[in-house]
Amino acid sequence: MPALCRTCLETFDDGRRCPACGSPRVTAHPELFSLSIAHMDCDAFYASVEKRDNPDLADKPVIIGGGKRGVVSTACYIARIRGVKSAMPMFQALKLCPDAVVIRPRMKVYAEVSKQIRALMDELTPDVEPLSLDEAFMDLSGTRRLHGHPPAVMLARLVKRMKDDLGLTGSIGLSHNKFLAKIASDLDKPRGFSVIGQAETAAFLQDKPVRLIWGVGQATQAQLEKAGIHRFSDLLRWEREDLHARFGAMGDRLYHLARGEDHRRVSANAPVKSISNETTFFEDTADPDLLDGHIWRLAENVSDRAKARGMAGRVVTLKLKRANHALLTRRVTLHDATQMADTIYRTARALYDAAGDQGPYRLIGVGISHLVAEAQADRSTDLLDPQAAKRSGAERATDAIRAKFGEGAILKGRALR
Amino acid sequence: MKFSIERGALLKAVAQAQSVVERRNTIPILANVLIEAEGSDVHFRATDLDIEVVDKAPAQVERAGATTVSAVTLHEIVRKLPDGALVTLTDDGAAGRLSVEAGRSHFNLATLPKEDFPVMASSEYSSNFSAPAAVLRRLFDKSKFAISTEETRYYLNGVYMHVSEADGGKVLRCVATDGHRLARIDADLPEGASDMPGVIVPRKTVGELRKLLDDDDTQIAVSVSETKVRFATPDITLTSKVIDGTFPDYTRVIPTGNTRRLEVDAAEFAQAVDRVATVSSERSRAVKLSLDEDKLTLSVNAPDSGAAEEELAVAYGDERLDIGFNAKYLLEIASQVDRENAVFLFNSSGDPTLMREGNDTSAVYVVMPMRV
Repeated sequence: MPALCRTCLETFDDGRRCPACGSPRVTAHPELFSLSIAHMDCDAFYASVEKRDNPDLADKPVIIGGGKRGVVSTACYIARIRGVKSAMPMFQALKLCPDAVVIRPRMKVYAEVSKQIRALMDELTPDVEPLSLDEAFMDLSGTRRLHGHPPAVMLARLVKRMKDDLGLTGSIGLSHNKFLAKIASDLDKPRGFSVIGQAETAAFLQDKPVRLIWGVGQATQAQLEKAGIHRFSDLLRWEREDLHARFGAMGDRLYHLARGEDHRRVSANAPVKSISNETTFFEDTADPDLLDGHIWRLAENVSDRAKARGMAGRVVTLKLKRANHALLTRRVTLHDATQMADTIYRTARALYDAAGDQGPYRLIGVGISHLVAEAQADRSTDLLDPQAAKRSGAERATDAIRAKFGEGAILKGRALR
Repeated sequence: MKFSIERGALLKAVAQAQSVVERRNTIPILANVLIEAEGSDVHFRATDLDIEVVDKAPAQVERAGATTVSAVTLHEIVRKLPDGALVTLTDDGAAGRLSVEAGRSHFNLATLPKEDFPVMASSEYSSNFSAPAAVLRRLFDKSKFAISTEETRYYLNGVYMHVSEADGGKVLRCVATDGHRLARIDADLPEGASDMPGVIVPRKTVGELRKLLDDDDTQIAVSVSETKVRFATPDITLTSKVIDGTFPDYTRVIPTGNTRRLEVDAAEFAQAVDRVATVSSERSRAVKLSLDEDKLTLSVNAPDSGAAEEELAVAYGDERLDIGFNAKYLLEIASQVDRENAVFLFNSSGDPTLMREGNDTSAVYVVMPMRV
């Protein structure tokens, strides 16, 4: 059986240890050198970056997340052993792991590191589809001749370089489609390298729970369970038409995924569909002034990101989560697509005013969608708002000042609320 | 209740009623028209709780009475009856059915009790005057295209009808705007209207009102209060709530210092705009106007789909100017011009542009440029 040493990248035929360096970090699989769709997932990415940048944290449980009301966005493996999981409320995490070091996320740093990882991936193939800062799909089909090595070797080299050059570890899932590659990368974390071949696909999936499917959350899972579908083998008993009738478009997807089929391409330019940002409060609030400050900061963040991408949105959405977790979403289609913080803020603020709801809220979010290129945006101003042109000029000037002197160089008063 | 009525008269009355009725109704009675027969007339009354229309038609009333029946169904039936037919409507009271008979056709329609029908409370009108249909038609026809559909600015969802000062004294004025274009139309102030409170007439009311204004010679009795407006012909009375809000101060957005004057044949201009805009597939198609000595070049450059250009001979004597507009807005305001040339007054490529017909300031339009 073809085998690969992930320590020295030696390839050989079978064996539990590498014949060249003696390392036990060996991956062996009959289809190892013929598969080419991979999913790379960094191990506890944010926490690993923090540990790398602050060696004192190396043997401490580290949780990345915001405030006592926030949720865990990443927990390092030490904290995970204690039962801390991502998306867990912070108070619960701290109950499980009172000695944890809680660190506020430094998104800018993570984004920077993510770019470096992306650069390494780009050397492997032009078909890199990032899912987030710390994970991506790669299609290495047809790169064997270019690199002189099969995809598996190049992927092992990628994680080795991530470790050597960037001080970060990642796990690889290698298979024949995206769905299985993503499942595979999760099988052997951290520092994993898992392979799911064509031949074993059906047997592999058979007993697995359907929640493995990306996009099947609690709600879908509950629906599926109602229909008696718990495992992939349950899905195989359904006719395609019946699945479609019961679950719509999702049903068609389930039919194929149950058979390990996923024809989605790894696409480098998966179009961005929306840009949004939200914040969870330390304490539930109904204070309009406070909320106003949040709406502004969120609008500004969304606007910054839209400007960075050269995009603008035609629809502005305001999201409010009440103290009882009930969600309130309001959206409006603008006459003219926008990327301006001022317009996003004013629109979201009007939505807030029109919501006719008293709160209190635990979360507020602002987003734009129906994105268009910035050339098609902000092309006209409001006749009834003669100051709009001036404010827009001021915003462009603010952007220029920030680009030159840094993020905090100039702020609006309401950003301080 | 029993009466007979000529099919044409019935159709006209029911058509007006069914157009006021909302198609999707949660309150069943609002889908119905209230039919009241007495003396030699029958009244047809329909409402959506914001607008009420009452249509009077002559009929041979055998037995006075009243009932309500689905406005849409009755309209469909009458529409399909042969022209000139005599229609007999009989309400037997007890069975809750209205029988409609015409020739050999016979229909039985479910009714709802007349007591359940919400009749709009009558109110005191502070101002009553009379205006020719043609005058009102011009005021509303030329302004309604600019009504906003934006729900957050609900106070723009109608035409602001009020009394204002113009060069020649007081005028009856209608203004509508959606923040991108604005229409301001003046008419001679009818006698008795000078104390009229300004009201925002909702979009739907404007649409319903239009049906009363087809005949030039009709005098329309207009009654206005702070909360309601009523338009009446001898046969039809349209009562509507007005939008409860403050119309923005539009006067400050109408440019007064625009000096660059372009004069162009409105029809030629509209056709050219329409032609060049064809190549753009964007939602808001931007047309660039390039002005030079007696020459106007219209161009569209849509990177994804193509480019177009057209030149027009015009009267223009100012500096060169490039300015962009939404093609749809240009077409809409150009189509308001029917007698003389369209006169555009520009300032810069970022400022609102004014358009009027010749030197007639009784109808002016403002349109906001867009970056091209």
